[in-house]
Amino acid sequence: MDKKVLLIAGVLVAALCLVARMFYLQIIDEHYKVSAQNNALLYQTQYPARGEIKDRNGNTLVGNKTTYDIMVTPIDIQEFDTADFCMTFHVDINDVRRKLKNYRENRRKIGYQTFTFIKQVSGQDYSHFAEKAYKFPGFYAISRTARVYPYEAGASLYGYINEADSAYLANHPEYRRGDYVGITGIERSYEDVLRGKKGYNIMVRDVHNRIRQSFKNGEYDVAAEPGKDLIASIDGPLQQYGERLMKNKVGSIVAIEPSTGEILAIVSAPGLTVEDLSNIRKEYSRLATDPYKPMFNRAVMSAYPPGSVFKTVNALIAQQNGVINSETRFSCSRGFYYGGGKMGCHGHRSPLNLKESIMMSCNAYYANVFRAIMKDPAHQPISEAFNHWKEQVNKFGIGVKLGSDFPAELPGTLPSTKTYDKIHGKGKWSAFNILSLAIGQGEVGATPLQIANVAAIIANRGYYIIPHLIKNAPDSARRAKYTEKHWVDIDRQYFDPVVEGMYLAVNAPAGTGGTARRAHIDDIVVCGKTGTAQNPHGRDNSVFMCFAPRENPKIAVCVYLENAGAGGTWAAPVASLIVEKYLRGEVLRKEMEQYVENTDLKHNVPVKTKKR
Amino acid sequence: MRGAAYTNSPKARRVDLGLVLSYLFLVTFGWLNIYSAVYSEEHAFILDFSQRYGLQFIWICISLGVALTLIYLVNPRNLPPLSPVFYVIMLVLLAAVIFLGKEVNGSRSWFFIGSFGLQPAEFSKITTALLLAFIMSQYGFSLLNRKDVVRSALVVLIPIILILLERETGSALVYVGLILVFYMEGLAGWVILLGVGLIAMFVITIAASPLAALVCAFGICSIVRFFLNRNLLWLLISIASTVLMCYIPELSKTETFGFLNILKPEIWALVIMTPYIVFWVKDIFVRKESREGRYLIFCLALAVVMVFSVNLIFDKVLQPHQKARIENLLGITEDLQGIGYNVHQSKIAIGSGGFTGKGFLNGTQTKYNFVPEQSTDFIFCTVGEEWGFLGSVLLLAVYIFMITRIIHLASKNKDAFTRIYGYCVASIFLMHVMINMGMTMGLLPVIGIPLPFLSYGGSSMMSFTILLFIFVRLDMERQMKDAEF
Repeated sequence: MDKKVLLIAGVLVAALCLVARMFYLQIIDEHYKVSAQNNALLYQTQYPARGEIKDRNGNTLVGNKTTYDIMVTPIDIQEFDTADFCMTFHVDINDVRRKLKNYRENRRKIGYQTFTFIKQVSGQDYSHFAEKAYKFPGFYAISRTARVYPYEAGASLYGYINEADSAYLANHPEYRRGDYVGITGIERSYEDVLRGKKGYNIMVRDVHNRIRQSFKNGEYDVAAEPGKDLIASIDGPLQQYGERLMKNKVGSIVAIEPSTGEILAIVSAPGLTVEDLSNIRKEYSRLATDPYKPMFNRAVMSAYPPGSVFKTVNALIAQQNGVINSETRFSCSRGFYYGGGKMGCHGHRSPLNLKESIMMSCNAYYANVFRAIMKDPAHQPISEAFNHWKEQVNKFGIGVKLGSDFPAELPGTLPSTKTYDKIHGKGKWSAFNILSLAIGQGEVGATPLQIANVAAIIANRGYYIIPHLIKNAPDSARRAKYTEKHWVDIDRQYFDPVVEGMYLAVNAPAGTGGTARRAHIDDIVVCGKTGTAQNPHGRDNSVFMCFAPRENPKIAVCVYLENAGAGGTWAAPVASLIVEKYLRGEVLRKEMEQYVENTDLKHNVPVKTKKR
Repeated sequence: MRGAAYTNSPKARRVDLGLVLSYLFLVTFGWLNIYSAVYSEEHAFILDFSQRYGLQFIWICISLGVALTLIYLVNPRNLPPLSPVFYVIMLVLLAAVIFLGKEVNGSRSWFFIGSFGLQPAEFSKITTALLLAFIMSQYGFSLLNRKDVVRSALVVLIPIILILLERETGSALVYVGLILVFYMEGLAGWVILLGVGLIAMFVITIAASPLAALVCAFGICSIVRFFLNRNLLWLLISIASTVLMCYIPELSKTETFGFLNILKPEIWALVIMTPYIVFWVKDIFVRKESREGRYLIFCLALAVVMVFSVNLIFDKVLQPHQKARIENLLGITEDLQGIGYNVHQSKIAIGSGGFTGKGFLNGTQTKYNFVPEQSTDFIFCTVGEEWGFLGSVLLLAVYIFMITRIIHLASKNKDAFTRIYGYCVASIFLMHVMINMGMTMGLLPVIGIPLPFLSYGGSSMMSFTILLFIFVRLDMERQMKDAEF
């Protein structure tokens, strides 16, 4: 009979295992009592304040204000005075009725779920609601933060936030419907830093769904963690000043601190105003259809022909490749003539050496330089020379994405041998077919950010740090990315004649042929290079890039004005004003300032207004 | 006075009151919990026949009628000779349902007559138990006789195969419990131990690694062998081998022993245990080894085969959903929205009950279909949530009382048919209770079988009632005989 005892003992042991499990689940393990899927518990989400964005001087660029979302748990709704409700929130009574009807019809499906009923109610309306909330069972308010822009500048950079849409939710499981997320600009690039962490209060409800009290006195509540503040590299006053100068112009200003790659100001005109940004939902369709495309950030997206400023790049590459040196001279008789073609030039003395060619921006000189690069015996045939040249240009950040923290940044354009094979046939093109690349015309396109970066490279005599907007990126990956020096592999001594040429272009005595004399500032040494880029639509684009002071440069600037004419005429003075404003803190050349500010160049730009 | 009572209503006095009362407790408790699980304020009346609790009341009434019929109108002496007939009829139904049945949740095990379903697999437990009792109680039956073993095993295996063909794996698994009947009727205990051991090997192989399973198997076998032959030298050798096996993964990471990577660690483990096993086999051939030692090496061999065929079983034999359930249980994969959803919800419901529970009708978790199948296979969630630890333990206690009571009464019975039938009933109940509760609490993979007398459903209520009351009726015979003496 001991089999019977064994069997019963076995049954008891098995039962004991089950009892142990019950004991564990029901008494020891608290986890199942606070589980989010436990529908006796109501998790009231606590939304964190989104991180603020400040400029490099501590001015708040993007801040927060408290608004309220009115939430509803349809199953808790009892009869209430809809008219009073609508008065309180200034909403349409038919809207409310429609929603309520919808809840009634879907009540089985809805169950205990909670929805947002009205979004972004002002503090005033909320306080009215709070007084009589008892009249509206089922409704309650949660505080949310909305963005404010106290500093009137930089609206094109910040981007806006909106509720995450279905596509975003599908890819980001940590977001819930109703969460705000950065859609563009800094708000998007630094979403992970700015958003903070949601918290929750746990409330207990009984089977009739009445909320009883806080669960275990809030022992398991999790406080919301506010988002981290960001410090932008932007100089608020400079940004504001740049936007003021560009008010009636189309184009961009980019100013970079060369030693750090920090963007001091970045203007795309016409751009957004902070008012537009605060009311983006209302203004969106107007902004999206504006023929001047204010939402298009020209500074990082537009691939413009760089024009003559690109000569500096060719000068550096040619020296490095040993096909010219600083004393190489080429003659120019109002242009460069080749097999039946001609690249025109303006009148200046001839022949010129390297620094003079920069100073006076001689086209013929660079036609010769470029031909020399393409005929470099070290790299033949021409396709090989071209590819080598292209790699070198890419090192300057042209034709590739720089990797800035603008989500919308584009790479510009730089052709490949394939492009020319297609146009002329494989092996059937020579340096003359691509000669416009010598002077930054033709198939090359650079964004103003890339041009400013070239100025920074020259200012640094050989390297750049990826231009970026945020100084205090919290993660080491981004910190490393935005402090790493990118060397362009041009020896330092080759920069000297280029810098000297840029110095002379601005500071040479009148009458000696400097192209950028309007950029001259009395006690600040500016080095600059003009560009006048042909624009198939209307007048030439006016381009200027510069840095200052000559030694230990503090600022590198690119100004690009569409259809404004010669680079020395408009872009140079704008850039010099930016330099002066930043280095001196104020502009002494009031006359110049007035002249620039009051000139309308916007209406030179041929815009196509869409007709429907 | 007592004698007078006997003569007035002889049968009512002699039913086993303990079993009947626990039965009544369970059906009532089940009914209340179904009411609570399905409860909504729109249909608050407990006898609302459009709702499951209303229907369950009907099933309970019918079951009570069946129970009374069994007690008062059935002559138990007819049961043994009729059991082959019942068995064959049931086999026909089991086979028919494969072709004629309606597919529900991926298995073909239901006949539908109007809106009422009938599940032959539920009832075949009764006929199998009856026939098994009939065959094993025949004069001269012995589990030492190979022919008898085959016959009795076939009685169990045929319905298992048919039910597997219906894809009702859970119900088929219940029959495995009948091994206890064989054990009680003479099967050696080590067979059951071996079975448990092989299951453990399976779990360790999947949850940890094949190497871990081999280390366990080899370690245990060599220690047991030490107690058989008391040979210290071989114990030391086996311990050394075991330790070496444990260090294979570490060693293969070092440069010197990097060559170990060319074979899987479990293969190296086999290599390491080879010398020990070779000498063991040699001992058997020179007849130095005891009988137990021979069994032991057989067990070890089986364990090794098990370890190396786990992947095959896991990938080829089991269906994807069964595989997923096992992986989920062992924590290899976590998928709270998909395959793990039921169990996760069920654990929350049970866990949120706490010590005393939330009270009748106050469960929030088991309402609104958070736990799917909660009035049928997952009814224990409602118990756990609303009646808490106390209620759950009480419920389990009633089951254990019922099962041990049946075992006790069966073992006391002089009639072999009644005894064996009783063991069958006890093991079927035991399997159902353990698997069902184990599943709802996340101890066992999800195996959809009902909790006896509690789960909603006519077929299961009826079949469990018949199963139990045939035993109650058979047991009355013994008591009447006692009274006659």
